[in-house]
Amino acid sequence: MSATQHPVIEHLMQRFPGDIVSASDFRGDLSVTVRKEALLPIGRHLKEALQFDYIVHVASADYPTERERFEVIYEVYSIRRRQRLRLKTRVSEADGAVDSLCGIWYGANFMEREVYDMMGIRFHGHPDLRRILLPDEYEEGFPLRKDFPLQGKGWRDTFDDFMTQPAPERTS
Amino acid sequence: MGLAPGRFTGEPGIVTLSLEQAVNWARKGSLWPLTFGLACCAIEMMTAVSARYDIDRYGAGVFRASPRQSDLMIVSGTVCRRMAPVIRKVYEQMPEPRYVISMGSCATSGNIYDSYSVVQGVDRFIPVDIYVPGCPPTPEALFDGIMKLQEKIMRQRVFTAPAVTQV
Repeated sequence: MSATQHPVIEHLMQRFPGDIVSASDFRGDLSVTVRKEALLPIGRHLKEALQFDYIVHVASADYPTERERFEVIYEVYSIRRRQRLRLKTRVSEADGAVDSLCGIWYGANFMEREVYDMMGIRFHGHPDLRRILLPDEYEEGFPLRKDFPLQGKGWRDTFDDFMTQPAPERTS
Repeated sequence: MGLAPGRFTGEPGIVTLSLEQAVNWARKGSLWPLTFGLACCAIEMMTAVSARYDIDRYGAGVFRASPRQSDLMIVSGTVCRRMAPVIRKVYEQMPEPRYVISMGSCATSGNIYDSYSVVQGVDRFIPVDIYVPGCPPTPEALFDGIMKLQEKIMRQRVFTAPAVTQV
């Protein structure tokens, strides 16, 4: 952290003392890690007071050796300020849930579903938390987790759900 | 013309051949492919249709968007597991005789995508007639596959053997 903070980070630190775990400023692109409990109020403040009106994407990361294993990353943008900000929070595997920000940026709906689908992080208050890319009946777990075997657990090689008979050997 | 040699009687304008050969000759010269592009191989497939390469020279230029009007499915690209039921259904909707070309390494074996979501070869759930190697195959390679398929069609037994493809 540099001595003089970016005004947005400065503002957030004054407004939410103790909730900002860390913050960085790389050439004007901001990154703020917050406590999980503060995600919702900080998100609302970003949207309503600081004009971060556009949700760019929601991502997640897995650091399997760390105590709070998962990281959820919201990237938001203020069209008026032309300012980019990355809002991060960490969550443990045992907990595995953060507050949904769909109520603030509705565009986060599908993106949070994708994070749930791939990483298994649940979102409290999400209007429709289902798998989005994998089928609803997929049972192998969450493929983007680091402890998920790369080749899966057999789903890619089973076709029983739609095959009436096995594909025959060609005779000609 | 692709007909078996030695069939010309010497009389002008007359060729003698078996009915089976005539049927096969008609079939091989009028392949109607189904557009089934799944990944970058489809770009090469589209290039094969373009004026520079002209897939119509092999009688296989009438790409259809409906399986019910097609008899050749060119599976061009990575086959994800979620796409598999769709491919199977589209295959079953094609009228017989029907043929399948597996275009490129992904459709043939999964290529480098040895992952939880990628089927390791489309022949796991539909029968494949011709495998075209390459990543992606050039239009020339696809034409080679089509010509190989045409050779295969000329060898088919139309009236004695079971239908070309059994589901």
